[in-house]
Amino acid sequence: MSASSDSPIAVESHSPALRHHFADMEQQKQAASLGMWLFLGTEIMFFGGMFCAYLIYRYWYFNEFAASSRTLDIWLGTINTAVLICSSLTVALAVRAAQTGKRKLTVILLLATLAFGLAFLGIKGVEWYNKFEEHHIPGASFHFEASVPQHPGVPINSQHAQIFFSLYFAMTGMHALHMIIGVGLFCVLTFYAWKGRYGPDYYTPLENAGLYWHFVDIVWIYLFPLLYLIDRKK
Amino acid sequence: MFDNFPLWPARASAGAANVDALYIFLVLLSAFMCAAIFTLILVFAVKYRRRAGVQAEQIEGSTALEITWSVIPMIIFMFIFAWGAAIYFQERTPPRGAAEVYVVAKQWMWKVQHEEGQREINELHVPVGRDVKLVMTSQDAIHSFFVPAFRIKQDVLPGRYTTAWFRATKPGTYQLFCAQYCGTSHSSMIGDIVVMEPAQYQAWLSGGPAVPLAESGQKLFSDMGCITCHRSDLQGRGPNLVGVFGKPVALEDGRSLTADENYIRQCILNSRGQVVKGFPAIMPVFQGLLSEEQVNALVAYIKSLGAPQPGQTTKTAAAVTPQEPKVQ
Amino acid sequence: MASAAIIPERENYLNQEYGIKSWLLTIDHKRIALLYLMSITFFFFIGGFFALLIRLELLTPAGDLVAADTYNKLFTMHGQVMIFFFLIPSIPAVLGNFLVPLMIGAKDLAFPRINLLSWYLYVIAGILYLHCILTGGVDTGWTFYTPFSTAFSNTKVIEAGLAIFVAGFSSILTGLNFVVTIHRMRAPGMTWSRLPLFIWAHYATSIIMLLGTPVLAITLVLVVLERTLHLGIFDPALGGDPLLFQHLFWFYSHPAVYIMILPSMGVVTEVVPCFSRKRVFGYKFVAMSSIMIAVFGFLVWAHHMFVAGISLYSALVFSLLSYLVAVPSAIKVFNWTATMYKGSITFSTPMLYAFGFIGLFTMGGLTGLFLSALGVDVHVHDTYFVIAHFHYIMVGGAVMGYMAGMHYWWPKISGRMYPESWGRLAALIVFLGFNLTFFPQFVLGYLGMPRRYWQYPPEFQVLHVLSTAGSTVLAVGYVLPMLYFLWSMRYGKIAPDNPWGASGLEWMTSSPPPTFNFEQTPVVTWEAYDYANIPAPEEVPIER
Repeated sequence: MSASSDSPIAVESHSPALRHHFADMEQQKQAASLGMWLFLGTEIMFFGGMFCAYLIYRYWYFNEFAASSRTLDIWLGTINTAVLICSSLTVALAVRAAQTGKRKLTVILLLATLAFGLAFLGIKGVEWYNKFEEHHIPGASFHFEASVPQHPGVPINSQHAQIFFSLYFAMTGMHALHMIIGVGLFCVLTFYAWKGRYGPDYYTPLENAGLYWHFVDIVWIYLFPLLYLIDRKK
Repeated sequence: MFDNFPLWPARASAGAANVDALYIFLVLLSAFMCAAIFTLILVFAVKYRRRAGVQAEQIEGSTALEITWSVIPMIIFMFIFAWGAAIYFQERTPPRGAAEVYVVAKQWMWKVQHEEGQREINELHVPVGRDVKLVMTSQDAIHSFFVPAFRIKQDVLPGRYTTAWFRATKPGTYQLFCAQYCGTSHSSMIGDIVVMEPAQYQAWLSGGPAVPLAESGQKLFSDMGCITCHRSDLQGRGPNLVGVFGKPVALEDGRSLTADENYIRQCILNSRGQVVKGFPAIMPVFQGLLSEEQVNALVAYIKSLGAPQPGQTTKTAAAVTPQEPKVQ
Repeated sequence: MASAAIIPERENYLNQEYGIKSWLLTIDHKRIALLYLMSITFFFFIGGFFALLIRLELLTPAGDLVAADTYNKLFTMHGQVMIFFFLIPSIPAVLGNFLVPLMIGAKDLAFPRINLLSWYLYVIAGILYLHCILTGGVDTGWTFYTPFSTAFSNTKVIEAGLAIFVAGFSSILTGLNFVVTIHRMRAPGMTWSRLPLFIWAHYATSIIMLLGTPVLAITLVLVVLERTLHLGIFDPALGGDPLLFQHLFWFYSHPAVYIMILPSMGVVTEVVPCFSRKRVFGYKFVAMSSIMIAVFGFLVWAHHMFVAGISLYSALVFSLLSYLVAVPSAIKVFNWTATMYKGSITFSTPMLYAFGFIGLFTMGGLTGLFLSALGVDVHVHDTYFVIAHFHYIMVGGAVMGYMAGMHYWWPKISGRMYPESWGRLAALIVFLGFNLTFFPQFVLGYLGMPRRYWQYPPEFQVLHVLSTAGSTVLAVGYVLPMLYFLWSMRYGKIAPDNPWGASGLEWMTSSPPPTFNFEQTPVVTWEAYDYANIPAPEEVPIER
């Protein structure tokens, strides 16, 4: 009843990157890809909890959310959005460069991605510092007074505004943490790329790390309008 | 029922028997299902135990059976759901005209304020046969008001009111438990519901001096300065509160809410964010300045303010479509 | 030592390499499974120890064994240890890790290093939690309800929350590994409809782990942030909403109970056909029922909140959906019963545990109907009725399934037979002890005995005494297998490749298997549970 065949990898040589529990590189690549997509699915659920809280509180406390959103620096936010989109471009190009065997170009593009990532983090640091100066960080020193947008003289509820800022820091903080992890990851991968580890036969780690980076970018694409662009019409 | 080995608590409320009826049905249904399955398994285990020379018969399955034993349980479940929902609907809909009792839960005691003014701690006296609606809030963590003999339970939350109701049907003293873990002395947060014959209850009421809750509220309304803005003529800087309870209110930012207990409580504590349309946002914030009991008294007072007399207009909101206050 | 300890001569995953480094740095899924076995057994006894203290305290109505605060910590930590450090990993991390590659004909899981990482994350989480226990413990109840956990508890909430966060990450990685492995690494001929139902069960479990656990993770992060930075997302005093916490918490914690039961159901679906010598009745329906449980399980979370202050209409919806999720579970019970029909049944230890599972899971599941009925739930919510319900499912169900699986696959894992008479005795003791412990709690609950009570009114004492008596019997039943499994590793009869005459690729390799599982990659040309073509063993091996 039991039939068996020789394992395909038993005899001939194979890529040094092939892990021995896989039958061939194709299986390994597909497994790695599926693994990364599933992991990104878990990340969607992870951020999803905060987005859920955000949606509920925004529905209840719209005025406070709108007033608080207006205090965020729309220019820095827009620049950061552009920075991240550029970084996604450079990482996608880096994967392409690896696929076409251009080692030096791969490294340059990865370094550019890192630069954009660090720029994002730097700008975010500046924004957070501004919030600190304005006493918008939730906690003992929180102080926020504003009017309901389009209704001058009607003050908003400061406690409800504090919830906006709690969510702002939680969401952008969690996003920044993921960026930092991504930067660390890409430091390692850039080093390996410089060492010549990736080429047309094997670029899976770059591709999957690129997927991660794109995901972190997409989270920001959602965060930016939800946090910065509430009711900005004049 | 079985005095020495009771299977359920005393039935001391109008709703208790309904809950028990469904429970007993479910017990019988479960006993029947268990008996059926266990018997089948036992019979199969014996009848089809391994014997020399007898082979098992390979049966792939039967779609007809699968559908049958999916659909029939489904129908039974829907029946149970409907029955349970009907009881729940009753449980969550206090009848009109129910007497109101305000309950404030705190670590680790129950504070009760009767409309008539009596205050109790860890005890609640009620007369037989009267609908009683509990308006409850917590000063700290989440608690839960649980009276097994009445088959009622309702979590008591900080920051808002929740309600429960019952109609006691048997005089006696019944256990009150806190049923939501709330810290060190959670299991000491118990009390007694004392159900009395109406005559006895009247006697108890007049047992000590007590100012009706709404009257305490009126005094507070004046002492805290509410009356300076919320006047019953048109000169007030705040909305006239006569007849406001239960009606829709149009807010400055365009929304509309119903002025229920939660809305009024929220306005008293911090009206920012729910200022009534047409009024300046100058109401002081009273959070931290009033105890929950004082807020209850004010709410009771405002509820007691009747509808406006004919000819007297009020500067309250025009009627708009009521909107549900935030419920989860 | 006499020569009774004959180590099998063939090289296998146990004797291929010795030394602690070969274990701590292993990437062999079978060794990682054993690493998990040791750690979860350790936590099982910690959680069990807390349970015994709880039951001892409850022997008398007064709080006279421990202080109230201590008691509150005991039930909190009993729950958290048992759920996060025992039940959720148990079958997937031990039996799943060991068997998934074997059952599908693969050499290992898709990501062996991530598998090892998941164990280290579990160990780090465990150490953090142990530290929490030893430096004061946590007293919020396993459910961490706010605002008590964020504003009122004076215990190590942050540490406990972080430990569970890390344990959750371990769980996610396990689930991720299983899904990718099952999709990508099946042997030639192993189509989806030929997979053992144990695999289907683990696939469904892994989906829940992947989608649900991250929500718990973020919820715990928010609780920790709120507690440290006074944020106010869940605290009404700061403008927040405690019910939001409950929704987010239960969104994971309800599907979590399906993480705990589905693998057990998978075990039973392997054991019953084997000891009935019959293919499973209704393979496709059983496979689909696992997926349906996983899907519907995500739609019912607020049935934990019927009296929490949700709207009447929300409650109606969640009650209705909760009845839907009961149907696939019922289907499984009927299919197992039908599998025995016209079978050829033997009463080995795994089969006894499977019987116990079916009986006790049926009872526990039926009491779920009580809890889903809105009118009844108002009365029994937060009472001992709920405690009895979930222990029937978790202990009477999940743990019995785990024991069935451990006994069934022990010969494969260790190369030894456990002593069959002791196995049957322990199964019986567990069954009796369990019912004595938990059946009285149904009555207690309906009478009104609330949960998490350190002291209680005297009229409840008799039932509590019965329950405590049962718990001591249950404890004996759990200690016995510990002892004889250890005994068998030295003195147990050498196990043949397929002692039970079972179907499944794992039985076609040696006991224990070689490191790479199969001498040659199998090619599958037969359907699952092909018992028509597998001869029964002479008799169920009995080891005195």
